[in-house]
Amino acid sequence: MNTQNPKKENKPKITERRRFLTIMAQSVGLSALGGIVWMGYVEEAKASPLLLRPPAALPEQDFLRTCIKCGQCAEACPYDTLLMAKPGDGVPMGTPYFIPRDVPCYMCTDIPCVPPCPTGALDQKSVTTVKDGKEELDINKARMGLAVVDHESCIAFWGIQCDACYRACPVLGEAITIDFIRNERTGKHAKLVPVVHADHCTGCGLCEHACVTEKAAIFVLPREVAMGKPGDYYVKGWSKKDQERIKQRSLENLKTKTERSKKKPQEYLNMDEELYE
Amino acid sequence: MKKLFKMRYLILRRIVQIGLLFLYFAGNAYGWSILKGTLSASVLFDTIPLADPFAILQMLSAGAMMGIDVFVGAAIIVLFYGIVGGRAFCSWVCPVNLITDLANWLRRKLLLDKVERKVWVSRNARYWVLGLSLIVSALSGLAAFELVSPITIFNRGVIFGMGMSGGVLLAIFLFDLFGVKNGWCGHICPLGGFYSLIGRFSLIRVRHNEPNCTLCMKCKEVCPESQVLFMIGKKSTTVNMGECVNCARCIEVCDDDALGFSLRDFATTKAKGDNK
Repeated sequence: MNTQNPKKENKPKITERRRFLTIMAQSVGLSALGGIVWMGYVEEAKASPLLLRPPAALPEQDFLRTCIKCGQCAEACPYDTLLMAKPGDGVPMGTPYFIPRDVPCYMCTDIPCVPPCPTGALDQKSVTTVKDGKEELDINKARMGLAVVDHESCIAFWGIQCDACYRACPVLGEAITIDFIRNERTGKHAKLVPVVHADHCTGCGLCEHACVTEKAAIFVLPREVAMGKPGDYYVKGWSKKDQERIKQRSLENLKTKTERSKKKPQEYLNMDEELYE
Repeated sequence: MKKLFKMRYLILRRIVQIGLLFLYFAGNAYGWSILKGTLSASVLFDTIPLADPFAILQMLSAGAMMGIDVFVGAAIIVLFYGIVGGRAFCSWVCPVNLITDLANWLRRKLLLDKVERKVWVSRNARYWVLGLSLIVSALSGLAAFELVSPITIFNRGVIFGMGMSGGVLLAIFLFDLFGVKNGWCGHICPLGGFYSLIGRFSLIRVRHNEPNCTLCMKCKEVCPESQVLFMIGKKSTTVNMGECVNCARCIEVCDDDALGFSLRDFATTKAKGDNK
């Protein structure tokens, strides 16, 4: 093709085959570059752990892949609790979430936000109970998050009387109870402190919304963030049901943890060695 | 009046585009039940589900388990554009088209087209982006294009409030104005690519009537996908490429009645085969 210029004849010829392969390689390379950058952005967007999702939402990873971002849950919410994430909100774009300190979930008994979800990212089954053979929506089964009390800034723990969160709780007496603690400072008063119970807390955030302190001393966190996990090792000796677990446990699975714990206690006591290795 | 007639499809398109956006907005703000949801998924008259098939495709490749509603909705959309409209979504529905058309109009008014083009992007890049968005979805477990799509960002912005969405939309405007002519819709957008693929055999087509053509090339100048008008002044046939957005700008600017809407012409495609 480039025979017009004799000087250039030594140059490698760009054949159709070479052109095709080069263009393919360029395209694949550019795509890989774009893909990696894009992937990084997507992974970054996924990593926002402190979000509260609408009731009946699937576990976060499943929710993110199943939510089609149509906003029908947000439109159905009569209190405008649910927000659709906009650029700059720091939330995976287009997904519904709520900020209870601004607008909490008012736990409507007919749960208008869940049935419109077209993909099942809000799983209606998880908030349905069967009563007398009939399926009924039950908002008390929702687990949007878990309320956590900061003992240091909760004024009830100071001894100042306040039960705002307790009164605001829609599952009053179950999700939040009031404990009486002796007020050591005065010696003759009780502190009436709020205690949250994970078995009943739906994470609606009405307590956080009602909290009287400048920044809420009771606040809702996603359950995965708020809760610990004791593991199988500890057994409640005072609970018959928990005791059953011991019978099912096989000792073969118990592992020796360290060199020292292989030995018997007597051996260790009679040995002349350093206490801490 | 003649000028208005020459803009009839443009005016109609703007009415449809803005009207749909308003119906979505009213669905949220006033509780109207005509259209509820967004362009990703919505319900028509509280009964008929509609869903973005490309979003469903991404979610499937991300491994999502979904309800039946969205599949019915996606099937309705695929059938509509696949049989009737081709890429009509892009020019008649998509809100980003308002921005890119504005950029394109400004380009023509400011004579930016006449200056030598420095940035070059292949028209086929959108198919690479399409493939890429499915791969990234599969690897990350999240509908990748949906997360960054300016179409739904704009759409949700109108319905639920803009926030910082303006930045994304401004970026597209500037890219189309100073970067590549029809850069976003004609080169990058994977949703456009997707509708090009499913609308390949749709029925409503622009038809060129060669004897009337005076080769003024106004149609090619105004067409956002000018490669589909390869036959101008050469032969009478319908535009059969999937990339045509059915915006009808070419029909409006033609002073010689050489272009018009018609049904897809299966006869001429056959005749072409006979010639060979």
